[in-house]
Amino acid sequence: MNAARPAATRAAGRKDTLPERYRGYRHVWVFVELERGHVHPVSFELLGEGRKLADALGVELAGVVLGPPASTTERAVAHAFHHGADLVYVGEHAALGDYRNEPFTLALTEIVDRYQPEILLLGATTLGRDLAGAVATTLRTGLTADCTELAIDGERSMAATRPTFGGSLLCTIHTKGVRPQMATVRPRVMAMPEPDPTRTGPVIRHELTLAEADIVTKVLDFVADVRTEEVNLAYADVVVAGGMGLRAAENFRLVRELAATLGGDYGCSRPVVQKGWLPADRQIGQTGKTIRPRLYIAAGIKGAIQHRVGVEGADLIVAINTDPTAPIFDFAHLGVVADALEVLPAINDAVRRRLGVPNRPEELA
Amino acid sequence: MDAIRDHDTAPDEPLADGLNLVVCMKQVPDSAQIRVHPVTNTIMRQGVPTIINPYDLFALEEAMRLRDQYGGQVTVLTMGPPMAEEALRRALGFGADEAVLITDRRFAGADTLATSYALASALTKLGEERPIDIVLTGKQTIDGDTAQVGPGIARRLGLEQLTYVAAIDLVDRASGEIVVRRRAEGGLQVLGSRLPCLVTVLDGVNEIRRGSIDDMLRAARAEITVWSAAAAGIEDLQQCGLKGSPTLVKRVFAPTPRDDSAEMLAVDGKKPRQIADAVLDLIFAHQPKLEADLGAALGGEPDR
Repeated sequence: MNAARPAATRAAGRKDTLPERYRGYRHVWVFVELERGHVHPVSFELLGEGRKLADALGVELAGVVLGPPASTTERAVAHAFHHGADLVYVGEHAALGDYRNEPFTLALTEIVDRYQPEILLLGATTLGRDLAGAVATTLRTGLTADCTELAIDGERSMAATRPTFGGSLLCTIHTKGVRPQMATVRPRVMAMPEPDPTRTGPVIRHELTLAEADIVTKVLDFVADVRTEEVNLAYADVVVAGGMGLRAAENFRLVRELAATLGGDYGCSRPVVQKGWLPADRQIGQTGKTIRPRLYIAAGIKGAIQHRVGVEGADLIVAINTDPTAPIFDFAHLGVVADALEVLPAINDAVRRRLGVPNRPEELA
Repeated sequence: MDAIRDHDTAPDEPLADGLNLVVCMKQVPDSAQIRVHPVTNTIMRQGVPTIINPYDLFALEEAMRLRDQYGGQVTVLTMGPPMAEEALRRALGFGADEAVLITDRRFAGADTLATSYALASALTKLGEERPIDIVLTGKQTIDGDTAQVGPGIARRLGLEQLTYVAAIDLVDRASGEIVVRRRAEGGLQVLGSRLPCLVTVLDGVNEIRRGSIDDMLRAARAEITVWSAAAAGIEDLQQCGLKGSPTLVKRVFAPTPRDDSAEMLAVDGKKPRQIADAVLDLIFAHQPKLEADLGAALGGEPDR
């Protein structure tokens, strides 16, 4: 039983009393990002995190699926349940085929206004960021980007933590006086929940008032990327990355070779991209990719906070650095004070010997 | 906001054949040089140089490219303290035509919602002189990284919102048509839209030009328009600065080191090969399943 508390002291201590019209806003929502027939995995990661917030608040977790009337939309609804949703709101409309800002903003805003959630989470993808900024402005509410941690405080307020000042510090942000509280989270920052294929629940179909004739922007074409090499950093099981300690662009050959031997992918720290040694899609950290591999080997990386927040989800972090005071040793599990240029090729050889990988002609020259 | 919305019906003015382009930019601390005080965990601002947000330079160059191709003028707009004038002067040196600074103590502490309100008000004011065709800005800033102010401005002004634009293929002021290529997951969307619009320009799509000697000289002498909140046409001060910001930073802190700091491998006098073997022993001791999985995946492939 809750002890009866004098109402006056509670009220006196609170500055940011929620206006009457927002007090009915309840439940935690996750926008399920469906693009070109596929749900982005970040939506499932967010459902896992949203589940914890909903449980802390004692409310329900809902997925919101916007898409064209198609089987892919129905599949997204089913998957939202599998990953933890208690109910799913569905807005189906022909104008919601390819992503465009206007119809998605109108649709999501309309559903929020109608059903009034207290928290709305979106993935910090190009789609999610484009949509979240427009929806938050339309609703005149707060939006915290690229959160690395979400929690509920004693007053039912969401505490959203994110890196700040170029990733050198963290800050915790609350939304006062307005609902919903909105946040975006980058892919792989939160763990993927174990799906339960038996899970299902009620579906609320909302009739949207959209009309294609009112939508100005049209998708004329889609030019799929042609890639010479697939970058799969975010979802790789093993990642090897290098920093300025590798001293020259050509030394990244050692990083690529070890990553290839381990069947993983390779990346780098931010200064390496700024130097132009590797392209931006190889950058790991707050402003690059977030990774959650089973094994992460960081070679010659100092370990600034902005890098740290991108790798903390790794099961095992091995750091190789000549500087014993480098911040990376504060969050690595295994530290080696040595020159990465010597140790990387030695580890590569050791793996090959140990796992019986036959020598092969140089394929990565 | 009518000055921008009435684009289609506005009377033709001088420069009517050219584009009226406004680039929103931000002066930011050079994050590569930010240091955190090791004891107090506060930012050491002293001596940290300021730069134009690097992402905004891609927007500025794209705007100048459009001006060179279609005619018209490029105005740079920023909100910030009086010293943000330096950033505008640098932009003029690169070749921008006009510069406007909105500065007011009541803007202090603005989050992205309050920032987009102030900038949208100033854009409306600018649009009264001559309707704006395209507002351009970088995809995000390097200090906040939110990518929210561009969409905020578009929404407030009812502009078509075109983010992460890799290329502007066509602008036809007469028909009001614009075609862009927008970065999306797995490819580029080719979007046909309409002026007036807001474009956030993707990074790496161009390189900022070196300003001419004439531009440099002009920039040094140029008069920069400075507007207070009132001069920028801002009516509702409750929507500005800290007051107009629904988000509240409750705590700024440095992350604590993990309780169990790294297990340090003894390397004294060891050769790289010995270190490598020891590292591998420890990796597989921590992750026995990884060794089995890797062995199966790597050893089992006949062609390798």
